[in-house]
Amino acid sequence: MINRTSYSLLLLSVMGAFWLPSATAGQWDFDGQASLETRYFPYAPEFPSQKNSPLSPSVTLEPEFVYELDNGNDRFTFMSFARLDADDKKRTHADLRELSWLHLGSSWDMTTGISKVYWGVTESAHLVDIINQTDAVEDITGEDKLGQPMVNLNIEQDWGTLNLFVLPGFRERTFTANNARLHGPLPVDSAHATFESGKKARHIDFATRWSQTFGDVDLAISQFIGTSREPRLIPQLKNSQLILVPHYDLISQTGVEFQWTTENTLWKAEGISRMGQGKQFFATATGFEHTFYDLAERNIDIGVLLEYLYDGRDVNLAPVSIANHDIFAGFRITLNDTQDTAILFGTMYDHHTKAAFINLEAERRLTNQLKLKLNSRFITNVPSQDPLAYFRNDDFLELKLHWFF
Amino acid sequence: MKPIDWSTKYLTALSCILLMSLPTLASAATPAERGLEIATEVDKRDTGFGDNKATLEMTLRNKHGQQTSRTMRNTTREQAADGDKTLIVFDSPRDVKGTAFLSHTHKMGADDQWLYLPALKRVKRISSSNKSGPFMGSEFAYEDISSQEVEKYTYNYLKDETIDGHDCFVVERFPTNAKSGYHRQVAWYGKAEYRIWKIDFYDRKNVLLKTLTYSKYNQYLGKYWRANQMDMVNHQTGKSTTLAFSKYKFAIGTSDSDFTPNRLKSAR
Repeated sequence: MINRTSYSLLLLSVMGAFWLPSATAGQWDFDGQASLETRYFPYAPEFPSQKNSPLSPSVTLEPEFVYELDNGNDRFTFMSFARLDADDKKRTHADLRELSWLHLGSSWDMTTGISKVYWGVTESAHLVDIINQTDAVEDITGEDKLGQPMVNLNIEQDWGTLNLFVLPGFRERTFTANNARLHGPLPVDSAHATFESGKKARHIDFATRWSQTFGDVDLAISQFIGTSREPRLIPQLKNSQLILVPHYDLISQTGVEFQWTTENTLWKAEGISRMGQGKQFFATATGFEHTFYDLAERNIDIGVLLEYLYDGRDVNLAPVSIANHDIFAGFRITLNDTQDTAILFGTMYDHHTKAAFINLEAERRLTNQLKLKLNSRFITNVPSQDPLAYFRNDDFLELKLHWFF
Repeated sequence: MKPIDWSTKYLTALSCILLMSLPTLASAATPAERGLEIATEVDKRDTGFGDNKATLEMTLRNKHGQQTSRTMRNTTREQAADGDKTLIVFDSPRDVKGTAFLSHTHKMGADDQWLYLPALKRVKRISSSNKSGPFMGSEFAYEDISSQEVEKYTYNYLKDETIDGHDCFVVERFPTNAKSGYHRQVAWYGKAEYRIWKIDFYDRKNVLLKTLTYSKYNQYLGKYWRANQMDMVNHQTGKSTTLAFSKYKFAIGTSDSDFTPNRLKSAR
């Protein structure tokens, strides 16, 4: 999982602490969160291989430890994540989300070690976001990420911000257990993934991104060269049983991000052009978020979201995408109360297959240290040729109680 | 010997007196000019502070007296020809710890604002047009906590009045931005040091909405006054919010590159 190069990087980041002038006293900070969660699956599973337990509890722990030196100009961060799941033995997992040394220079900064980086502007798809691998057992939204070993240099100049990344140590995608919910009919043999690169997971990836603000417009252009974070699932015969083996291609991907911020409307677009998985293809998510503020003079804000998703990939030669010709429509309600109550509702509708993915996320703070979240994911009207078809019986409601310590 | 030209001397003296008294005469001309003159003097006395940081504790009270509190750290960097740049990092409630709010305020036009969400490590450019929206669920609106620039209002001097022992100019000010939640504000500026002591906020229907009082002033760098406590009372809902500042530090050596969206990820 984490190879020699990344171990060396880790060691380097830890050693960094001792190279620094020890005259300045450092500052420690320890905190984190734990959660109690349960998922409720109202329908029996689609495939006989899947375990049928409607109520599926889970617990998580996420401690964070920060050590700062030189007024915060040198910072060491350790953050790990662990989950214990009652039903999915692959969802029971731990990951080093962060183990990094951040140094802040006068118009530059550098991160060495394991870290997380987010790119992108749209809400319904995260096409441009490519530095970190998706921790796919966590949720089907693709927003949970695994820690990525990196050396990342950022330069701030009048002409914009330049991010440079050297990414040693590839992280493979996580998959739900073969007998778990949110899994297809065929077993996935993630222990024997194959790679286009002869160096396999030791291939060193490179990425760069330039971003700049021009008044109301934010623009970014990025380039990634390395191992695709999205695997293709190749059917194979193993002991006369059909299984799926993840295969990771070498790709080259150019990304563009655009946002125009006007009074009540955020106009957003992001797109990628990728080479290395069949013919070069283009994908985009483009749309807007318009907010109606202070509804009925009760400080309630309602944001309306509309995005169009197109993906030109050849699904026989590239990893499957669920958003090829989709319309995303949703709204965000913010009560602006002391408990920061917020609701996000979204529907992704494929206008070719007519399949719809409905997503609801609500959250409310209970006390200074407790927060309640309610998520629901529904998949409806799915024809058998849609990639979501495997999950059509896996609608679920999820309740999470987070404790921050 | 040249004869003394008394008429020239007399005229010179007269024009000197006239010139010296001109500003006084001008300021006495209209209440609008007098109001602007006071606001300009307030701004002038706070110019040149460079940068500062402070810790804030915000206490929110509802009409039943129930309290909740939140803490944050604020860093401000003055800009020579534009509004200040401000960075606010939240420490509590714990679920928003590490969330950071960056604002590049402008004397004219909309401010630029970004929000950093630590869980996703995501920086979001947000719209600043929601000026009247509540800041962190408090009685302070975004426009109440943003950089106070002379150009953001037109002024009208009303009268002199003594409140809490402070001899004050009372100045009415009208927001120039149509998105403001206020029709007008009435501000009490101390005559001695041009410190602000009280503001009454009138809603869009010109009904008294809130009162903000400033107290516990301290002076920094031998020149700049900062109130260590601000109390906002909403007369229409009975809710109130207290902002208590501590650990004020000036001349902290920031640079503009500390106030960029890229640096939000390292805001702590």
